[in-house]
This record gives sequence, C-alpha cells and structure tokens, in this order.
Amino acid sequence: MPDLWSDLLPYPWNVAAAGVVAAALLFGFVGVSTFFAIWAERKVSGRIQDRLGPTRVGPFGLLQSLADGIKLVSKEDHAPTAADRFLFKLAPYLAFCASFVGFLALPFGHGLVAKELNVAAFFVLAVLSSEVFGVVLAGYASASKWSLFGGVREAAQVVSYEVPRALCVVVPVCVAGTLNLNTIGTQQAGWFWNWNLFHDPFTFVAFFVFYICATASCKRAPFDLAEAESELVAGFHTEYSGIRWSYFFLAEYGSMFAVSGLAALLFLGGWHTGFLPAEATALLGFWGGNLLNVAVFVGKCWALVLVMMWMRWSLPRLRIDQVMMVCLHYFLPISCVLLVGVCLWVLLVPAGAAEVVRYGLAFGSVGFVLLMFASAFRAPPMSAPPGRLPGAWDGRPTPLGADASAKRG
Amino acid sequence: MSLPVVLFALVATVTAVSALGVVLARNVVRMAVWLLFTLVGVALLYFLLGAEFVGAAQLLVYVGGTLVLVVFGVMLTAQGPLRELRTRPADWAVAGVLGVALFGLLVTVSFRIAAPPPTDNPLPGPGPLGLSFLGVTEANPTGPVTGVPDGPPTPRTPVAYLLPFEVVSVHLLVVLVGAAYLARAKRRVRA
Repeated sequence: MPDLWSDLLPYPWNVAAAGVVAAALLFGFVGVSTFFAIWAERKVSGRIQDRLGPTRVGPFGLLQSLADGIKLVSKEDHAPTAADRFLFKLAPYLAFCASFVGFLALPFGHGLVAKELNVAAFFVLAVLSSEVFGVVLAGYASASKWSLFGGVREAAQVVSYEVPRALCVVVPVCVAGTLNLNTIGTQQAGWFWNWNLFHDPFTFVAFFVFYICATASCKRAPFDLAEAESELVAGFHTEYSGIRWSYFFLAEYGSMFAVSGLAALLFLGGWHTGFLPAEATALLGFWGGNLLNVAVFVGKCWALVLVMMWMRWSLPRLRIDQVMMVCLHYFLPISCVLLVGVCLWVLLVPAGAAEVVRYGLAFGSVGFVLLMFASAFRAPPMSAPPGRLPGAWDGRPTPLGADASAKRG
Repeated sequence: MSLPVVLFALVATVTAVSALGVVLARNVVRMAVWLLFTLVGVALLYFLLGAEFVGAAQLLVYVGGTLVLVVFGVMLTAQGPLRELRTRPADWAVAGVLGVALFGLLVTVSFRIAAPPPTDNPLPGPGPLGLSFLGVTEANPTGPVTGVPDGPPTPRTPVAYLLPFEVVSVHLLVVLVGAAYLARAKRRVRA
C-alpha cells in the first residue's frame, strides 16, 4: 500500500499516509460491523424468542444502534469511589486496542492487508489473547466483588481456551506449510474442495473445535461466565457506564469478527467463493475481482458471527466448572490428537486416497447443508387429525375436542 | 532523521518510561500494567527490526500468558503486605548499584561490537530458524512443504540445537509438575 502513495508524497510521508489510511479503513470496518452486529444480535435474539426485536428506529429498526450510541454518549461517565481511577479508565481502551490490532494482519482479499506479516496467523492469535488483559483490569479496578469475580473467571477461562485454540490453528498451518495468512488464502483458490476444511478429516474436526474455542475466548454465550448476569449482575462491566461501557462491546464484536476472519482464512477458503475455477482478480479484472474478494470475505465473517449469535440465544450458559472441564478434559486432548493426526496424514496417506477423502468430505458437507436448507421448506411433520395430539403425545387425552378444533380451524 | 530512527526513539522512550514506572509504582497491579507497556514496547522493537516471529512470540508468551497469570495471582492475593510495596533504602542502594553496573557493561559491550553490515536479507523467518534447530544449514530447502526434502539429504552441522532445546522443555515440564505437586490439595492422613 505505500506504493500507491509514493507518487503523491516523499518517502517517510507515504508510509505514514498508508498507515493512517489502513488504520482508518479498519477502524471504519470494525465500527460499522459492530453497528450492524448489535442490530443483528437484537433481531436474532428477538426472532429466536418469538419477538420482533427493534422495529421503531429506521426501517426494520436498522438505526437502533445509533439511538443506543447517542444514549451511551450522553450518559454520565462515573467511577466508584474506591476504584483505581487510572486503571478503571484505561481498561476499556486496552481491550479495544487488542481486538483492533488483530485486524492489521488479516487479509481481506488477495494482498488486501494492512501489513503482510510472515507470521500473520501467530500474530493474530498473540494479539487477540491479550484482550483478556483489559477485562481482567476492569474487574480488578472496579473495586466491586462482582467485577472481580468476573475478571478472575475471564482470566482462567481465556488462558485455558487459548491452548486448544492455538493447537487448532496449527492444524491447517501444517497443511499449508506457512504462517502467512495471505499465502494460506491464496493456496485455497479455485473450487470449494480446495478449502483446508475439506483437506482431511482432522482439519474438518479442527474447524469446529477452533470455532467453539474461539467463541469461548470471545467470552460469548454459552461461555459468557465473565458477565453472567444471573450470578454476577454484569460481571466485569458492572461498574461501567456510558461510552467506556460501549468500548467493551466494540472490543467484543471486533474480536468476534477477527476470529471469524481467522477461521474463514484458515479453513473456509478465505476470500474465495469456492465456485470460481481461479482467483477472482484473474477473471474479473482488478476492481471487480477485489470487490468480489472483499465481499466474499466479509460475507464469510458475517456468516460465522451470525452462527455465534444463533448459539448464544439457543444454548443455556454453562457453569464455570463445566466450562473448564470442557476445555481441559475434551478440547485439549482432542486438539492434540488432531495435530498429531494431521501430521501423520500429510506424511503417510497416499495422494489418491487423500483426494478421495477430500472429495467425499466436500460433497458430503455440501449435500448435508443443502438437505438442511431443503428441510426448512418442508411441511412440519407435527400435524395430527382434529382432536388428537401430534408426535410423541399421540393417544394422550387432550382438552382440545374434535369439535373445538373444527370450530377453530 | 529517517523514519526508523524516529520510530525507534518513540518506542524506546515509551518502553524506558514504563520500565521506570514498574520500579517506581507502589501498587502491584499498577506495576503489572507498566510491565505490560514495557513488554509491548519490546515487542514493537522486535517488529521494527523485522523479527516478526520473535515479536509475536513475545506478545503471546509474555503479554497474553505470563502477565495475565501474574495479574490473576495478584488479584487473588492482593491483601496485606503485597498491596502496597515500600522499597527500603538498602534495597534502593543494592538495586541501583547492580543496575548501573549492568547498564555500564551493556553499553561497553555494545560499543565494542561493530554494527553489522546492512544486508538485503532481514532476520531469518520461522522456517530457517526451526531448521537451524535441527542443524540443517541450508536455509531454503527445496523439498515440498511437508518438511520431507527431496533428493540427497541436506547437510547438517555436527551441533544441532534440538537436544538442548528438548532438555530445556522437559525441564520446564518437570517444573510444572513440581508446581502442581506443591499446590495440590493436601490430603489429611488418616489416624
């Protein structure tokens, strides 16, 4: 990107200008994504709970986040008397910086990255893992027991889930042979069976383990023990109000998008549609190809974020001991087995057998997804003649008589 | 002044000031926060030098892992004498003498070693670094990405660093097991 500016500005300033523009674009992406993700979260939760969600502000309630933002900015920004003021004010910015810096190394398309790093996957993991620091400090500095419990839980949870998450990142990295996310994305060009997800059974399982661990390390439900409102009021952000409170949510949604982008790049073909035989820029020219790449990448991020929301509103929260046991007893051994398995697969399995497994996994998964979509349009099987109950309740007595149903229907 | 020098001055100043903050702060948690800035500053220096892998490892190991555990431990024990640390004058004297001596030694050594000639190749990436652990001297192996080289075996130096590396890792593992043993729940001996 400094090359674009070198015509306009002399040497040190073109680098600075490129940096400022990249940072502004990324900040805009994080901000706009959070804006719509909060709206989507409320809509998704509303639909799952048989409500409408926000409808008043703008069409479909789309401007609800703007109204929330105005409310948050105009709220009083206060700190508890016993709080450690300096740390209390610093903590939200630390959390946000950590989740924002992760985007610096995420390529949004072929070469569309703020700074191409040789070790981008490792860098993103390293930066995202330090988001916990802001949360822990917020918990400590609030001088409130609820906040402290939230911070302690967050520290224990995130430090434990980092281990299986990092091990699952190593699985596709073993297949790719590089930590450079741009190269990993480019290797998966072409049809969808080239995606690392379908490379072998181990990467296939690793994707799901990675996704669950990433959900847990973003402290999203069902792993949101740090802010368990039924036990801890609001956990680490109990004492926060106004704009500082919203920085925590900017950080949370930012890291959701960052881990989704990492998952898309490592497993789901990055910026490739999966339905074009080659790289999009080679087929559609520079502008069309890059626009398609960015749209596909952002679309994949959004799809993964929407699944996180779906999980949040469908599953009950775990207890803290269950959260830790799931990580240490299940995910840690599973990810170690996956790592060893993928190494043995790459070294030992002959190319022919690997191709058969790859096509089997790819077409099997696509068929499964298509069947799921088809089943959504089928008539519900839970229907019964008037006066009888459907499904497992068939034959039980019911107050709904045949005449009553007939009158209603 | 060139851009790298300006950036180095900026990052080094922030790192040094926050290192002073670690020493001068009274509250243990604030010390940890100053230490956070120091470690991030050192990681930024690694990035400035082009050693991306070392910088990311610094962030992952020290900022994401060790420092979080330090704060975690401090939060659980932040009562009594640890909350407000007061340094005695004798400690100041001993630490000051040692610090000045170490600083003098480092300055002398760094001025005695000439600056390395600038090359086009930056520091080696993780691949050559890992291969040199195995004693492979060839920096760019021609083999496929699976790590099994084609053709004749690559030359190796007689001294590989893999064994010392493994010894250190096993040592760390022993330390971990020992820590878990010391911190275990004490069982009461039945009378």
